[in-house]
Amino acid sequence: MKILVALKQVPDTETKIKVAADGRSLDPIDVKWITNPYDENAMEEALRIKEAQGAEVVAVSVGGERTREMLRNALALGADSAVLIRALETGDPLSVARHLAAYAQGKGFDLLLLGHMGFGGDNGAVGPMLAELLGLAQATVVTRLELGEGCFRAEREAEGGTEVIEGSLPAVITTQRGLNEPRYPTLKGIIGAKKKPLEELEGTATEAAISISAIALPPARPEGRKLEGNAAAQAAALLQLLREEAKVI
Amino acid sequence: MQFELSEENKMIQKLARQVAETYIAPSVQERDEEERFDRALFDKVASYGFQGIHYQDQYGGSGGDYLSYIIATEEIARVDVSLCIAIGGGGLGGFPIHSYGTEEQKQKYLRPLVEGTALGGFALTEPGAGSDASAQQTTAVLEGDQWVINGSKCFISNYADIYLVIAVTDRSKGLKGLSCFIVEKDTPGFTMGKKEHKMGLRSAVTTEIILQDVRVPKANLLGKEGEAFKYCMQTLDVGRIGCAAQALGIAQAALEHSIKYAKERCQFGKPIAANQGVSFMLADMATKVEAARLLTYQAAWLKQNGRPYGKQAAMAKKFTTDIAMEVTTDAVQIFGGYGYSREYPVEKLMRDAKVHQIFEGTNQIQRIVIAGNLLK
Ligand SMILES: Cc1cc2nc3c(=O)[nH]c(=O)nc-3n(C[C@H](O)[C@H](O)[C@H](O)COP(=O)(O)OP(=O)(O)OC[C@H]3O[C@@H](n4cnc5c(N)ncnc54)[C@H](O)[C@@H]3O)c2cc1C
Repeated sequence: MKILVALKQVPDTETKIKVAADGRSLDPIDVKWITNPYDENAMEEALRIKEAQGAEVVAVSVGGERTREMLRNALALGADSAVLIRALETGDPLSVARHLAAYAQGKGFDLLLLGHMGFGGDNGAVGPMLAELLGLAQATVVTRLELGEGCFRAEREAEGGTEVIEGSLPAVITTQRGLNEPRYPTLKGIIGAKKKPLEELEGTATEAAISISAIALPPARPEGRKLEGNAAAQAAALLQLLREEAKVI
Repeated sequence: MQFELSEENKMIQKLARQVAETYIAPSVQERDEEERFDRALFDKVASYGFQGIHYQDQYGGSGGDYLSYIIATEEIARVDVSLCIAIGGGGLGGFPIHSYGTEEQKQKYLRPLVEGTALGGFALTEPGAGSDASAQQTTAVLEGDQWVINGSKCFISNYADIYLVIAVTDRSKGLKGLSCFIVEKDTPGFTMGKKEHKMGLRSAVTTEIILQDVRVPKANLLGKEGEAFKYCMQTLDVGRIGCAAQALGIAQAALEHSIKYAKERCQFGKPIAANQGVSFMLADMATKVEAARLLTYQAAWLKQNGRPYGKQAAMAKKFTTDIAMEVTTDAVQIFGGYGYSREYPVEKLMRDAKVHQIFEGTNQIQRIVIAGNLLK
């Protein structure tokens, strides 16, 4: 069994987002980068499969220099090797999927695991695009995964119930929280990671299918208003405002 | 000069913080209140390998550097220093076995300490032998191929599985008449006496130990007969860096809590941090913590690079534990009445800080060590 896990770095949810001067990207100052939380589920699933039945796990990311730190962490967690495909992070899912497909093509991966979407971007597109580019079966937003002889059975939450998807391997599976509880690395893992290979490849510049034209922060919340007077006066004023200003009643 | 942590140091720092916040933090207050050591929690934390970071693979360690161990200790202490006593027990027990033990002793006793499957204890202090560790009353006599140990120890950390016990083997030789023995807790005649009820460090165990005709095989003598005092002094030298790291973690926590609280708590219509009287306190606290960190990391760096570190370790221990006391006291001050309440975290930090000025050699003893280094 050979498993590819695709990982992306995303801004920590606690980061205060600032728009860069170009108006189309994030200001990297003060941004703390973390592994996309959904990708952590993908990584964990790969490690569990490795522990249960043996597998070679390759962690792959498309990005720049800072991505190395995340890949080191993947090696510390238990990936056997890591690959950094150097490319500009343009926010174009198709270009990421093409890079991943070009890398995975012909390498004999039985399973390709990805988080179901990148935190923040929330496109949910790379996984399905990768499956299409490679012509593989896929199941997305998976909360339970079982592997059989050359086949898989996946569960995903559907409106009011659970959807079961069965297919043959190789396949692309995108993971959802709840699939598993991601682990922390151990000390041995961290120190052993230094000896594992972290390969770097030059990405082939593909033409972007989409580009981001502008990023804007949500408008600041208007300041609250304090109603004066006794309870009856406040209630009357509130009622009037709800009718005339907010127009909700 | 290099002031950057290695990538490995940083990863270990991050892991220690995550593990401390995920597993240790939720029960800190409760364990302190109940004076309860939680072995299962120790097992969980130990499963990541913190106690064995700097030991080689052949003894079950991770083969990391000593600074990583110190950084991890600081991070765990930032959340709950009591647990560091159990984690560090592997160090206090482990260091001498690693340094002076035979290969057989290392495989049998060091490995479980490093792997965290056993807890270590270091039994030096006696009712009459505190700062003057040489005034030992416990004796060990060779009978056939067994050593028979008699005596009692006090203030010994951890309900350990493997103890190093210091005893007199030849009183006529004074300091050169002390020897060190490896004793398993289940050995007949070995019992734990009274458990101390302490001001701080309440979820770490501190007990009396009574040794009554405790027989251990000849093979359990550590190193050479008559050399234990030297081993103890070297063990305490290392232990002092760990002690400093613990105090550093406590001081760091006090600083973080204080900054947060001073920004949130409003009096006279503004956050208390807006008063220079308070913000200057924060500035002083932060400066002390930073200086203590540099001294502590420097001592660790000297050790891991094979340089003499005794003086720096004593300086780091003395300085860091003193500033931890100051910083935690200031933290309680910044929290006002709430700081004095057990519902808020800073009074515990103040209680936990105090003992660091006392054990691993009191801070008066540290001054003796430092002065001795200056005047030799
Ligand atoms: C929570 C806790 C855990 C401990 N864990 C362990 C353990 O695991 N193993 C172990 O062996 N011990 C342990 N100890 C014991 C600890 O190391 C001793 O308490 C410490 O060495 C001081 O000894 P003492 O308490 O007898 O104080 P004393 O030696 O009686 O000192 C009393 C005071 O006199 C001062 N003083 C003494 N001599 C001098 C001098 N020459 N010049 C100036 N001042 C002096 C001291 O600094 C101190 O202020 C622990 C103690 C505590 C509180």
